[in-house]
Amino acid sequence: MSLIEITDVRKSFGANEVLKGIDLNVEPGEVIAIIGKSGSGKSTLLRCINGLETINSGSIQVAGAQLAPDELHLKALRLKVGMIFQSFNLFPHKTAGQNVMLSQMVVKKTPKPEAEAMARKMLERVGLAHKFDAYPDELSGGQQQRVAIARALAMQPMALLCDEVTSALDPELVQEVLAVVKELAAEGMTLLMVTHEMRFARDVCSRVVFMHMGRVHEIGPPAEVFGAPKTPELRQFLGAQH
Amino acid sequence: MIEFSNWDILRNLLLAARWTVVLSLVSFVGGGIVGLGLLFMRISRSRWPRLFAGAYVELFQGTPLLMQLFLAFFGLALFGINVPAWLAAGVALILWTAAFLAEIWRGCVESIAKGQWEASASLGMGRMQQMRYVVLPQAMKIAIPPTVGFSVQVVKGTSLTSIIGFVELSKAGTIVTNATFLPFTVYGYVALIYFVLCFPLSKSSQYLERKLNVAHRNH
Ligand SMILES: Nc1ncnc2c1ncn2[C@@H]1O[C@H](COP(=O)(O)OP(=O)(O)OP(=O)(O)O)[C@@H](O)[C@H]1O
Ligand SMILES: [Mg+2]
Repeated sequence: MSLIEITDVRKSFGANEVLKGIDLNVEPGEVIAIIGKSGSGKSTLLRCINGLETINSGSIQVAGAQLAPDELHLKALRLKVGMIFQSFNLFPHKTAGQNVMLSQMVVKKTPKPEAEAMARKMLERVGLAHKFDAYPDELSGGQQQRVAIARALAMQPMALLCDEVTSALDPELVQEVLAVVKELAAEGMTLLMVTHEMRFARDVCSRVVFMHMGRVHEIGPPAEVFGAPKTPELRQFLGAQH
Repeated sequence: MIEFSNWDILRNLLLAARWTVVLSLVSFVGGGIVGLGLLFMRISRSRWPRLFAGAYVELFQGTPLLMQLFLAFFGLALFGINVPAWLAAGVALILWTAAFLAEIWRGCVESIAKGQWEASASLGMGRMQQMRYVVLPQAMKIAIPPTVGFSVQVVKGTSLTSIIGFVELSKAGTIVTNATFLPFTVYGYVALIYFVLCFPLSKSSQYLERKLNVAHRNH
Protein backbone atom coordinates (compact mmCIF):
# COMPACT_ATOMS: atom_id res chain seq x y z
CA MET A 1 0.00 0.00 0.00
CA SER A 2 1.28 3.44 -0.88
CA LEU A 3 1.71 6.08 1.78
CA ILE A 4 -0.22 8.68 -0.16
CA GLU A 5 -2.95 7.57 -2.55
CA ILE A 6 -4.53 10.18 -4.75
CA THR A 7 -7.28 8.79 -6.95
CA ASP A 8 -9.06 10.70 -9.71
CA VAL A 9 -9.13 13.97 -7.78
CA ARG A 10 -11.07 16.81 -9.30
CA LYS A 11 -11.28 20.32 -7.97
CA SER A 12 -13.07 23.35 -9.35
CA PHE A 13 -13.18 26.96 -8.26
CA GLY A 14 -16.58 27.96 -9.56
CA ALA A 15 -16.63 27.07 -13.23
CA ASN A 16 -12.86 26.84 -13.40
CA GLU A 17 -11.77 23.20 -13.15
CA VAL A 18 -8.26 23.39 -11.74
CA LEU A 19 -7.58 19.70 -11.12
CA LYS A 20 -8.96 17.46 -13.84
CA GLY A 21 -8.55 13.98 -12.45
CA ILE A 22 -5.24 13.53 -10.66
CA ASP A 23 -3.92 10.04 -9.94
CA LEU A 24 -0.75 9.74 -7.94
CA ASN A 25 0.63 7.21 -5.50
CA VAL A 26 3.56 8.04 -3.30
CA GLU A 27 5.60 5.33 -1.58
CA PRO A 28 7.12 5.79 1.87
CA GLY A 29 10.47 7.59 1.63
CA GLU A 30 9.86 8.93 -1.85
CA VAL A 31 10.79 12.49 -2.65
CA ILE A 32 8.56 13.91 -5.33
CA ALA A 33 9.04 17.20 -7.10
CA ILE A 34 6.02 18.81 -8.70
CA ILE A 35 6.87 21.19 -11.49
CA GLY A 36 4.77 23.07 -14.00
CA LYS A 37 3.69 26.46 -15.23
CA SER A 38 2.04 29.02 -13.01
CA GLY A 39 -1.64 28.21 -12.67
CA SER A 40 -1.26 24.54 -13.58
CA GLY A 41 -2.70 23.50 -10.20
CA LYS A 42 0.41 22.53 -8.24
CA SER A 43 -0.45 24.42 -5.08
CA THR A 44 -4.08 23.39 -5.29
CA LEU A 45 -3.05 19.73 -5.40
CA LEU A 46 -0.89 20.07 -2.28
CA ARG A 47 -3.60 22.03 -0.48
CA CYS A 48 -6.15 19.33 -1.30
CA ILE A 49 -3.91 16.64 0.18
CA ASN A 50 -4.14 18.08 3.67
CA GLY A 51 -7.64 19.39 3.36
CA LEU A 52 -7.02 23.12 3.00
CA GLU A 53 -9.20 22.87 -0.09
CA THR A 54 -12.20 20.59 -0.40
CA ILE A 55 -12.22 18.32 -3.42
CA ASN A 56 -15.17 17.91 -5.76
CA SER A 57 -14.63 14.22 -6.44
CA GLY A 58 -12.08 11.47 -6.13
CA SER A 59 -10.32 10.37 -2.98
CA ILE A 60 -7.16 11.08 -1.05
CA GLN A 61 -5.64 8.84 1.60
CA VAL A 62 -2.53 9.28 3.66
CA ALA A 63 -1.41 6.20 5.62
CA GLY A 64 -4.97 5.01 5.90
CA ALA A 65 -6.39 8.39 6.94
CA GLN A 66 -9.09 9.35 4.47
CA LEU A 67 -9.70 12.95 3.45
CA ALA A 68 -13.19 14.02 4.55
CA PRO A 69 -14.52 17.47 5.30
CA ASP A 70 -15.35 17.01 8.99
CA GLU A 71 -12.97 18.22 11.67
CA LEU A 72 -12.24 14.78 13.10
CA HIS A 73 -11.13 13.26 9.80
CA LEU A 74 -9.19 16.38 8.92
CA LYS A 75 -7.31 16.26 12.19
CA ALA A 76 -6.43 12.59 11.73
CA LEU A 77 -5.18 13.33 8.23
CA ARG A 78 -3.21 16.39 9.25
CA LEU A 79 -1.45 14.44 11.98
CA LYS A 80 -0.04 12.25 9.22
CA VAL A 81 0.97 14.95 6.80
CA GLY A 82 2.52 18.33 7.59
CA MET A 83 2.77 21.34 5.35
CA ILE A 84 5.37 24.03 4.78
CA PHE A 85 4.26 27.24 3.09
CA GLN A 86 5.99 29.69 0.82
CA SER A 87 5.36 32.50 3.31
CA PHE A 88 6.49 30.56 6.45
CA ASN A 89 3.37 31.53 8.41
CA LEU A 90 5.04 31.39 11.79
CA PHE A 91 2.91 32.64 14.67
CA PRO A 92 4.33 36.15 15.17
CA HIS A 93 3.26 36.43 18.80
CA LYS A 94 5.22 33.36 19.82
CA THR A 95 8.94 32.64 20.01
CA ALA A 96 10.55 30.06 17.74
CA GLY A 97 10.42 27.55 20.59
CA GLN A 98 6.77 28.31 21.38
CA ASN A 99 5.91 28.03 17.70
CA VAL A 100 7.24 24.49 17.72
CA MET A 101 5.64 23.63 21.07
CA LEU A 102 2.14 25.03 20.55
CA SER A 103 0.52 22.43 18.32
CA GLN A 104 2.12 19.55 20.22
CA MET A 105 0.51 20.79 23.42
CA VAL A 106 -2.80 21.86 21.93
CA VAL A 107 -3.40 19.11 19.39
CA LYS A 108 -1.54 16.15 20.84
CA LYS A 109 -1.90 17.23 24.49
CA THR A 110 1.81 16.60 25.00
CA PRO A 111 2.88 17.79 28.47
CA LYS A 112 4.92 20.99 28.34
CA PRO A 113 8.32 19.58 29.37
CA GLU A 114 8.14 16.93 26.65
CA ALA A 115 6.92 19.42 24.07
CA GLU A 116 9.81 21.69 24.97
CA ALA A 117 12.34 18.86 24.73
CA MET A 118 10.94 17.97 21.32
CA ALA A 119 11.05 21.63 20.24
CA ARG A 120 14.70 21.91 21.24
CA LYS A 121 15.50 18.70 19.39
CA MET A 122 13.74 19.83 16.21
CA LEU A 123 15.25 23.31 16.27
CA GLU A 124 18.63 21.64 16.73
CA ARG A 125 17.89 19.49 13.71
CA VAL A 126 17.34 22.56 11.51
CA GLY A 127 20.40 24.25 13.03
CA LEU A 128 18.54 26.81 15.12
CA ALA A 129 18.88 25.54 18.69
CA HIS A 130 20.28 28.93 19.70
CA LYS A 131 17.17 30.76 18.42
CA PHE A 132 14.72 29.06 20.77
CA ASP A 133 13.72 32.34 22.43
CA ALA A 134 13.78 34.55 19.33
CA TYR A 135 10.56 35.94 17.89
CA PRO A 136 9.91 35.42 14.17
CA ASP A 137 10.54 39.08 13.34
CA GLU A 138 14.00 38.71 14.82
CA LEU A 139 14.86 35.95 12.36
CA SER A 140 15.89 36.02 8.72
CA GLY A 141 13.55 34.53 6.13
CA GLY A 142 15.69 31.43 5.86
CA GLN A 143 15.68 30.99 9.62
CA GLN A 144 11.92 31.49 9.77
CA GLN A 145 11.40 28.82 7.16
CA ARG A 146 13.62 26.43 9.08
CA VAL A 147 11.58 27.08 12.24
CA ALA A 148 8.45 26.32 10.19
CA ILE A 149 10.02 23.03 9.15
CA ALA A 150 10.88 22.25 12.76
CA ARG A 151 7.31 23.09 13.76
CA ALA A 152 5.92 20.64 11.23
CA LEU A 153 8.45 17.93 12.14
CA ALA A 154 7.63 18.20 15.83
CA MET A 155 4.21 16.73 15.05
CA GLN A 156 6.04 13.66 13.71
CA PRO A 157 4.23 13.48 10.38
CA MET A 158 4.77 10.64 7.93
CA ALA A 159 5.00 13.00 4.99
CA LEU A 160 5.62 16.69 4.37
CA LEU A 161 4.07 18.88 1.71
CA CYS A 162 6.29 21.77 0.66
CA ASP A 163 4.87 24.53 -1.52
CA GLU A 164 7.69 26.58 -3.04
CA VAL A 165 9.39 26.80 0.32
CA THR A 166 12.28 28.89 -1.00
CA SER A 167 10.41 31.22 -3.36
CA ALA A 168 9.99 34.01 -0.81
CA LEU A 169 13.66 33.96 0.17
CA ASP A 170 16.56 36.14 -0.85
CA PRO A 171 18.86 34.10 -3.12
CA GLU A 172 21.60 33.83 -0.51
CA LEU A 173 19.17 32.22 1.96
CA VAL A 174 17.81 29.57 -0.39
CA GLN A 175 20.61 27.09 0.15
CA GLU A 176 20.31 26.87 3.94
CA VAL A 177 16.66 25.82 3.59
CA LEU A 178 17.33 23.43 0.72
CA ALA A 179 20.10 21.85 2.80
CA VAL A 180 17.60 21.10 5.56
CA VAL A 181 15.12 19.62 3.07
CA LYS A 182 17.87 17.54 1.50
CA GLU A 183 18.79 16.17 4.91
CA LEU A 184 15.17 15.24 5.60
CA ALA A 185 15.09 13.41 2.28
CA ALA A 186 18.28 11.58 3.17
CA GLU A 187 16.75 10.53 6.49
CA GLY A 188 13.87 8.93 4.65
CA MET A 189 11.11 11.50 5.09
CA THR A 190 8.45 11.33 2.42
CA LEU A 191 8.33 14.66 0.64
CA LEU A 192 6.00 16.14 -1.91
CA MET A 193 7.38 19.43 -3.03
CA VAL A 194 6.33 22.04 -5.51
CA THR A 195 9.54 23.67 -6.60
CA HIS A 196 11.18 25.87 -9.17
CA GLU A 197 14.63 24.68 -8.15
CA MET A 198 15.22 22.33 -11.09
CA ARG A 199 18.75 21.55 -10.00
CA PHE A 200 17.48 20.48 -6.60
CA ALA A 201 14.70 18.39 -8.14
CA ARG A 202 17.21 16.64 -10.35
CA ASP A 203 19.65 15.91 -7.50
CA VAL A 204 17.34 14.97 -4.67
CA CYS A 205 14.04 13.67 -6.00
CA SER A 206 13.09 10.12 -6.76
CA ARG A 207 10.33 11.16 -9.16
CA VAL A 208 9.29 14.32 -10.90
CA VAL A 209 5.68 15.18 -11.69
CA PHE A 210 5.06 17.67 -14.48
CA MET A 211 1.63 19.24 -14.17
CA HIS A 212 -0.05 20.91 -17.07
CA MET A 213 -3.54 22.39 -17.13
CA GLY A 214 -4.76 20.47 -14.12
CA ARG A 215 -3.38 17.08 -15.15
CA VAL A 216 -0.30 15.02 -14.43
CA HIS A 217 1.13 15.48 -17.88
CA GLU A 218 4.34 13.56 -17.41
CA ILE A 219 5.85 11.63 -14.52
CA GLY A 220 9.08 9.74 -14.05
CA PRO A 221 12.54 9.68 -12.52
CA PRO A 222 14.39 12.99 -12.89
CA ALA A 223 16.81 11.58 -15.42
CA GLU A 224 13.91 10.77 -17.75
CA VAL A 225 11.81 13.86 -17.17
CA PHE A 226 14.71 16.26 -17.50
CA GLY A 227 16.85 14.20 -19.85
CA ALA A 228 14.25 12.91 -22.29
CA PRO A 229 10.98 14.83 -22.02
CA LYS A 230 8.30 13.06 -24.06
CA THR A 231 5.76 15.82 -24.59
CA PRO A 232 6.20 19.15 -26.34
CA GLU A 233 4.63 20.91 -23.33
CA LEU A 234 7.32 19.63 -20.99
CA ARG A 235 10.05 20.41 -23.51
CA GLN A 236 8.73 23.91 -23.81
CA PHE A 237 8.47 24.28 -20.04
CA LEU A 238 12.02 23.06 -19.49
CA GLY A 239 13.27 25.26 -22.31
CA ALA A 240 11.71 28.31 -20.68
CA GLN A 241 13.54 27.61 -17.40
CA HIS A 242 16.89 28.86 -18.64
CA MET B 1 -33.83 84.26 45.75
CA ILE B 2 -31.33 81.61 46.74
CA GLU B 3 -27.76 82.14 45.68
CA PHE B 4 -25.91 79.15 44.21
CA SER B 5 -22.16 79.11 44.45
CA ASN B 6 -20.06 77.51 41.74
CA TRP B 7 -19.24 74.79 44.19
CA ASP B 8 -22.92 74.00 44.74
CA ILE B 9 -23.40 73.58 41.04
CA LEU B 10 -20.27 71.54 40.51
CA ARG B 11 -20.93 69.32 43.50
CA ASN B 12 -24.37 68.38 42.22
CA LEU B 13 -23.03 67.72 38.76
CA LEU B 14 -20.18 65.58 40.05
CA LEU B 15 -22.58 63.50 42.12
CA ALA B 16 -24.61 62.84 38.99
CA ALA B 17 -21.45 62.19 36.97
CA ARG B 18 -20.97 59.08 39.08
CA TRP B 19 -23.96 57.62 37.28
CA THR B 20 -22.51 58.53 33.92
CA VAL B 21 -19.37 56.64 34.89
CA VAL B 22 -21.29 53.65 36.24
CA LEU B 23 -23.54 53.50 33.19
CA SER B 24 -20.53 53.77 30.88
CA LEU B 25 -18.73 50.96 32.66
CA VAL B 26 -21.77 48.72 32.70
CA SER B 27 -22.44 49.37 29.01
CA PHE B 28 -18.85 48.81 28.06
CA VAL B 29 -18.33 45.62 30.04
CA GLY B 30 -21.78 44.22 29.26
CA GLY B 31 -21.45 45.27 25.63
CA GLY B 32 -18.03 43.64 25.49
CA ILE B 33 -19.41 40.31 26.70
CA VAL B 34 -22.41 40.36 24.37
CA GLY B 35 -20.14 41.67 21.59
CA LEU B 36 -17.78 38.75 22.00
CA GLY B 37 -20.71 36.37 21.62
CA LEU B 38 -21.80 38.23 18.50
CA LEU B 39 -18.24 38.13 17.15
CA PHE B 40 -18.14 34.34 17.41
CA MET B 41 -21.51 34.10 15.67
CA ARG B 42 -20.41 36.55 12.99
CA ILE B 43 -17.33 34.51 12.06
CA SER B 44 -18.97 31.13 12.62
CA ARG B 45 -18.92 28.62 9.82
CA SER B 46 -22.61 27.91 10.06
CA ARG B 47 -24.96 30.16 8.22
CA TRP B 48 -27.67 31.02 10.75
CA PRO B 49 -25.55 32.43 13.55
CA ARG B 50 -23.69 34.45 10.93
CA LEU B 51 -26.88 35.84 9.46
CA PHE B 52 -28.33 36.61 12.87
CA ALA B 53 -25.25 38.48 14.06
CA GLY B 54 -25.03 40.33 10.75
CA ALA B 55 -28.64 41.46 10.97
CA TYR B 56 -28.19 42.44 14.60
CA VAL B 57 -25.20 44.62 13.83
CA GLU B 58 -26.94 46.27 10.86
CA LEU B 59 -30.03 46.96 12.94
CA PHE B 60 -28.21 48.59 15.84
CA GLN B 61 -25.78 50.48 13.65
CA GLY B 62 -28.53 51.60 11.30
CA THR B 63 -30.86 53.18 13.84
CA PRO B 64 -30.18 56.11 16.20
CA LEU B 65 -29.31 55.19 19.76
CA LEU B 66 -32.08 57.54 20.87
CA MET B 67 -34.70 55.40 19.10
CA GLN B 68 -33.27 52.29 20.71
CA LEU B 69 -33.61 53.94 24.11
CA PHE B 70 -37.19 54.98 23.36
CA LEU B 71 -38.07 51.48 22.23
CA ALA B 72 -36.51 49.91 25.31
CA PHE B 73 -38.26 52.37 27.61
CA PHE B 74 -41.67 53.03 26.03
CA GLY B 75 -41.87 49.94 23.86
CA LEU B 76 -41.71 47.50 26.75
CA ALA B 77 -44.20 49.64 28.69
CA LEU B 78 -46.69 49.02 25.85
CA PHE B 79 -46.57 45.34 26.69
CA GLY B 80 -47.35 46.16 30.27
CA ILE B 81 -43.76 45.65 31.34
CA ASN B 82 -42.77 48.61 33.45
CA VAL B 83 -39.08 49.21 33.04
CA PRO B 84 -37.34 51.72 35.25
CA ALA B 85 -35.25 54.25 33.36
CA TRP B 86 -31.93 52.89 34.62
CA LEU B 87 -32.76 49.41 33.38
CA ALA B 88 -33.90 50.57 29.95
CA ALA B 89 -30.82 52.76 29.69
CA GLY B 90 -28.48 49.95 30.71
CA VAL B 91 -29.99 47.35 28.41
CA ALA B 92 -30.19 49.65 25.39
CA LEU B 93 -26.62 50.85 25.82
CA ILE B 94 -25.28 47.31 26.31
CA LEU B 95 -26.97 46.09 23.13
CA TRP B 96 -25.84 49.16 21.19
CA THR B 97 -22.24 48.89 22.41
CA ALA B 98 -22.21 45.16 21.62
CA ALA B 99 -23.11 45.81 17.99
CA PHE B 100 -20.26 48.27 17.48
CA LEU B 101 -17.66 46.27 19.38
CA ALA B 102 -18.57 43.09 17.50
CA GLU B 103 -18.05 44.91 14.23
CA ILE B 104 -14.75 46.48 15.30
CA TRP B 105 -13.47 43.12 16.48
CA ARG B 106 -14.63 41.30 13.39
CA GLY B 107 -12.48 43.65 11.35
CA CYS B 108 -9.52 42.83 13.59
CA VAL B 109 -10.02 39.07 13.34
CA GLU B 110 -10.36 39.30 9.57
CA SER B 111 -7.18 41.32 9.31
CA ILE B 112 -5.19 38.33 10.56
CA ALA B 113 -3.41 36.82 7.58
CA LYS B 114 -5.03 33.79 5.98
CA GLY B 115 -1.70 32.01 6.33
CA GLN B 116 -2.12 31.97 10.11
CA TRP B 117 -5.37 30.01 9.76
CA GLU B 118 -3.82 27.67 7.20
CA ALA B 119 -0.64 27.01 9.16
CA SER B 120 -2.54 26.26 12.36
CA ALA B 121 -5.03 24.09 10.48
CA SER B 122 -2.25 22.15 8.81
CA LEU B 123 -0.85 21.41 12.28
CA GLY B 124 -4.14 19.78 13.22
CA MET B 125 -5.75 22.51 15.30
CA GLY B 126 -9.54 22.72 15.38
CA ARG B 127 -11.41 25.93 14.75
CA MET B 128 -11.71 26.87 18.42
CA GLN B 129 -8.05 26.10 19.08
CA GLN B 130 -7.04 28.27 16.16
CA MET B 131 -9.13 31.11 17.53
CA ARG B 132 -7.87 30.76 21.06
CA TYR B 133 -4.16 30.23 20.52
CA VAL B 134 -3.40 31.84 17.18
CA VAL B 135 -5.96 34.33 15.93
CA LEU B 136 -7.45 36.03 18.99
CA PRO B 137 -4.12 36.80 20.68
CA GLN B 138 -3.03 38.63 17.55
CA ALA B 139 -6.41 40.23 16.87
CA MET B 140 -6.63 41.52 20.45
CA LYS B 141 -3.46 43.54 20.02
CA ILE B 142 -4.90 45.23 16.96
CA ALA B 143 -8.26 45.69 18.63
CA ILE B 144 -7.05 47.59 21.68
CA PRO B 145 -6.75 51.11 20.19
CA PRO B 146 -10.12 51.17 18.35
CA THR B 147 -11.84 49.55 21.33
CA VAL B 148 -10.51 52.14 23.76
CA GLY B 149 -11.39 54.79 21.19
CA PHE B 150 -14.95 53.54 21.02
CA SER B 151 -15.32 53.81 24.79
CA VAL B 152 -15.44 57.59 24.21
CA GLN B 153 -18.58 57.09 22.13
CA VAL B 154 -20.09 55.05 24.95
CA VAL B 155 -19.46 57.79 27.52
CA LYS B 156 -21.01 60.40 25.24
CA GLY B 157 -23.84 58.00 24.35
CA THR B 158 -24.91 57.82 27.99
CA SER B 159 -25.98 61.49 27.77
CA LEU B 160 -28.95 60.43 25.64
CA THR B 161 -30.39 58.44 28.52
CA SER B 162 -31.28 61.76 30.16
CA ILE B 163 -34.18 61.94 27.72
CA ILE B 164 -35.89 58.91 29.21
CA GLY B 165 -35.36 60.37 32.66
CA PHE B 166 -32.25 58.64 33.90
CA VAL B 167 -30.44 61.12 36.12
CA GLU B 168 -26.87 61.16 34.95
CA LEU B 169 -24.66 64.10 34.14
CA SER B 170 -26.74 65.66 31.35
CA LYS B 171 -30.04 65.27 33.17
CA ALA B 172 -28.48 66.75 36.30
CA GLY B 173 -27.35 69.66 34.15
CA THR B 174 -30.93 70.33 33.13
CA ILE B 175 -32.20 70.02 36.68
CA VAL B 176 -29.55 72.35 38.05
CA THR B 177 -30.19 74.83 35.25
CA ASN B 178 -33.86 74.90 36.11
CA ALA B 179 -33.01 75.71 39.69
CA THR B 180 -30.27 78.24 39.06
CA PHE B 181 -31.20 79.87 35.75
CA LEU B 182 -27.53 79.76 34.83
CA PRO B 183 -27.57 77.56 31.72
CA PHE B 184 -24.26 78.75 30.32
CA THR B 185 -22.33 78.14 33.52
CA VAL B 186 -24.03 74.83 34.23
CA TYR B 187 -23.70 73.35 30.75
CA GLY B 188 -20.16 74.68 30.61
CA TYR B 189 -19.37 72.58 33.65
CA VAL B 190 -21.26 69.61 32.21
CA ALA B 191 -19.23 69.77 29.02
CA LEU B 192 -16.03 70.14 31.02
CA ILE B 193 -16.79 67.01 33.05
CA TYR B 194 -17.50 65.03 29.88
CA PHE B 195 -14.25 66.27 28.47
CA VAL B 196 -12.33 65.23 31.57
CA LEU B 197 -13.85 61.76 31.26
CA CYS B 198 -13.29 61.36 27.52
CA PHE B 199 -9.99 63.10 26.90
CA PRO B 200 -7.82 60.52 28.70
CA LEU B 201 -9.62 57.76 26.80
CA SER B 202 -9.10 59.24 23.36
CA LYS B 203 -5.51 60.21 24.20
CA SER B 204 -4.67 56.72 25.40
CA SER B 205 -6.27 55.27 22.29
CA GLN B 206 -4.02 57.43 20.13
CA TYR B 207 -1.03 56.58 22.30
CA LEU B 208 -1.71 52.85 22.09
CA GLU B 209 -2.15 53.02 18.37
CA ARG B 210 1.15 54.79 17.91
CA LYS B 211 2.92 52.49 20.31
CA LEU B 212 1.62 49.30 18.70
CA ASN B 213 2.48 50.70 15.27
CA VAL B 214 5.99 51.77 16.11
CA ALA B 215 6.81 48.55 17.91
CA HIS B 216 5.41 46.87 14.80
CA ARG B 217 5.88 43.71 16.68
CA ASN B 218 3.13 41.28 17.28
CA HIS B 219 4.30 39.99 20.59
N1 LIG C 1 -9.03 30.22 -3.85
C1 LIG C 1 -9.13 30.25 -5.20
N2 LIG C 1 -10.24 30.73 -5.78
C2 LIG C 1 -10.38 30.75 -7.12
N3 LIG C 1 -9.45 30.30 -7.98
C3 LIG C 1 -8.31 29.81 -7.46
C4 LIG C 1 -8.08 29.76 -6.05
N4 LIG C 1 -6.87 29.22 -5.83
C5 LIG C 1 -6.36 28.96 -7.06
N5 LIG C 1 -7.21 29.30 -8.03
C6 LIG C 1 -6.99 29.11 -9.46
O1 LIG C 1 -6.59 27.79 -9.69
C7 LIG C 1 -5.60 27.71 -10.67
C8 LIG C 1 -4.43 26.94 -10.17
O2 LIG C 1 -3.84 27.64 -9.09
P1 LIG C 1 -2.60 27.08 -8.29
O3 LIG C 1 -2.31 28.06 -7.22
O4 LIG C 1 -2.84 25.69 -7.88
O5 LIG C 1 -1.46 27.11 -9.38
P2 LIG C 1 0.09 26.83 -9.22
O6 LIG C 1 0.41 25.75 -10.17
O7 LIG C 1 0.43 26.62 -7.80
O8 LIG C 1 0.71 28.18 -9.74
P3 LIG C 1 1.99 28.99 -9.21
O9 LIG C 1 3.19 28.38 -9.83
O10 LIG C 1 1.75 30.37 -9.71
O11 LIG C 1 1.99 28.91 -7.73
C9 LIG C 1 -5.29 29.13 -11.08
O12 LIG C 1 -5.95 29.40 -12.28
C10 LIG C 1 -5.84 29.97 -9.97
O13 LIG C 1 -6.31 31.19 -10.47
MG1 LIG D 1 1.48 27.71 -6.32
